[in-house]
Amino acid sequence: MTDIFSYPFMQRALLIGIIISIISSSMGLFLVLRRFSMVGDTLSHTALAGVALGMITNTYPFYTAIVTTLAASVIVEKLRKEYKEYAELSLAIVMAAGIGIASLLISIGKNKTIGIMNYMFGSISLVTEEDLKIVLFLGAIIISIILFLFRALFYITFDESDAKLRGIPVSKLNLLFAMLVAITITLSMRIVGILLVSSMMTVPVATSIQVAKSFKQAFIYTNIFGVLSVTLGLITSFIFDVAPGGSIVTISLLLLLLVIILKKLYGKLVKKATNLLDGGVYNEQNI
Amino acid sequence: MGEVIVKADNLSFGYEKRLVINNIRFEIEKKDYIGIVGTNGSAKSTLLKLIMGFLKPNVGMIELFGSHIGDFKDWNKIGYLPQNARSFNTRFPATVEEIVGSSQYSQMNILKILNKKIKEATLAALEAVNMVGFKDSLIGNLSGGQQQRVFLAKLLVNNPEIIFMDEPLIGVDAESQDVFFDLINKLNVDFGITIVVVTHDVSKLNHRANKIFHLDNGKLNIDNIFNKNRGEEH
Repeated sequence: MTDIFSYPFMQRALLIGIIISIISSSMGLFLVLRRFSMVGDTLSHTALAGVALGMITNTYPFYTAIVTTLAASVIVEKLRKEYKEYAELSLAIVMAAGIGIASLLISIGKNKTIGIMNYMFGSISLVTEEDLKIVLFLGAIIISIILFLFRALFYITFDESDAKLRGIPVSKLNLLFAMLVAITITLSMRIVGILLVSSMMTVPVATSIQVAKSFKQAFIYTNIFGVLSVTLGLITSFIFDVAPGGSIVTISLLLLLLVIILKKLYGKLVKKATNLLDGGVYNEQNI
Repeated sequence: MGEVIVKADNLSFGYEKRLVINNIRFEIEKKDYIGIVGTNGSAKSTLLKLIMGFLKPNVGMIELFGSHIGDFKDWNKIGYLPQNARSFNTRFPATVEEIVGSSQYSQMNILKILNKKIKEATLAALEAVNMVGFKDSLIGNLSGGQQQRVFLAKLLVNNPEIIFMDEPLIGVDAESQDVFFDLINKLNVDFGITIVVVTHDVSKLNHRANKIFHLDNGKLNIDNIFNKNRGEEH
């Protein structure tokens, strides 16, 4: 077990894993609460097109993927304004474009795009020193921006129209936020895999809002569940030699299940205790 | 005569060819408590939106605090409680204190989520609406009337001079409505905040407001009410 941490590639993977879990959980909290959790899925599918493009043109796929996801994030925001009443339509359109272009590029690329599976489901052993540098650099920028804009993002998330009234530059912040999501997805795809990136942005949030009693708690718990899922998932991936994306998502889903069960049990216990103490008067708000 | 806060003259507004507001004029003075009443579709909310500049009049002019509405910048002086304030996600994981504190976002210390000064201002606003005891409650767990008081505190925290409210108590039980209107009265009398409230239920305002704006077929009739609770005559 202790051997795991002596492999340089594993050290790199764990360090990258922790950073991407912090940024994707934090971004995910705002996305989920704005009922926009499908953004992750949409942008990750456009990353697939970017990776295929990189492989065909012999460019490092990370760079091409970051270009396609950033472009996609801008298009999503533009379309979202165009189809105000059907916000999710913008996601469906961009997702279709992402998968369509990706499948074309993959079939055109033939032998060149064989390695794309590693990007779809994630891989630990292929994580390079360059990946680590990129993740450290961009991860630090994203975390700083989130902390700097925390209050404004909270305000927009709770009530976007009120935020506009108060003079918060909502459209600009939405665009910036979508671009940060795009970068986060590109950073995460190497380890978690394109197909599972968005689960990193949603499952820890789903677990955290089961128990959070404030926004601050929701933010902290989301990060704890995110980091826990990635760390345990990577270790599991190493031990059982399975794709890290799958093990990370499975662990995060198990954590969600565990929290839901514990919450139900706790609720029943409180109900019983309250019944005993108050002679049958039960107040749901006390749970 | 008190200081004039809102001034509208020769104001008309219409959708396509139908004028819903037809050449009206009025003034709102400091410490006024104004009820805007009228039947459904009588453009009560439209009038509020015109005053705050969310809609542009076809004809006429509006001044806020002596500035033309297009040049007005000092939005901190204005609080607005829209009709759909309570249509938020009720499972949103935020406490009453976080919601009220967030509206001071421009004064936020970047690294501290809520600094001491903001916390004090937040608690004072919650005190004013009798909601301090609920500061750690999740916003979604409160009743409709309590949520509306929290949203009022969210406005108060920025020390507004005038508060506009659009049907604040739709779907709130009668008892909570009285509590809310008493509270508005207190803000008007004790804190000197000018109040403009759109409502379809004029009976709630009879003992409190000093002017009632009746909107009917685009025309405005103003009733000046002598209100002994206010101790002054207009």
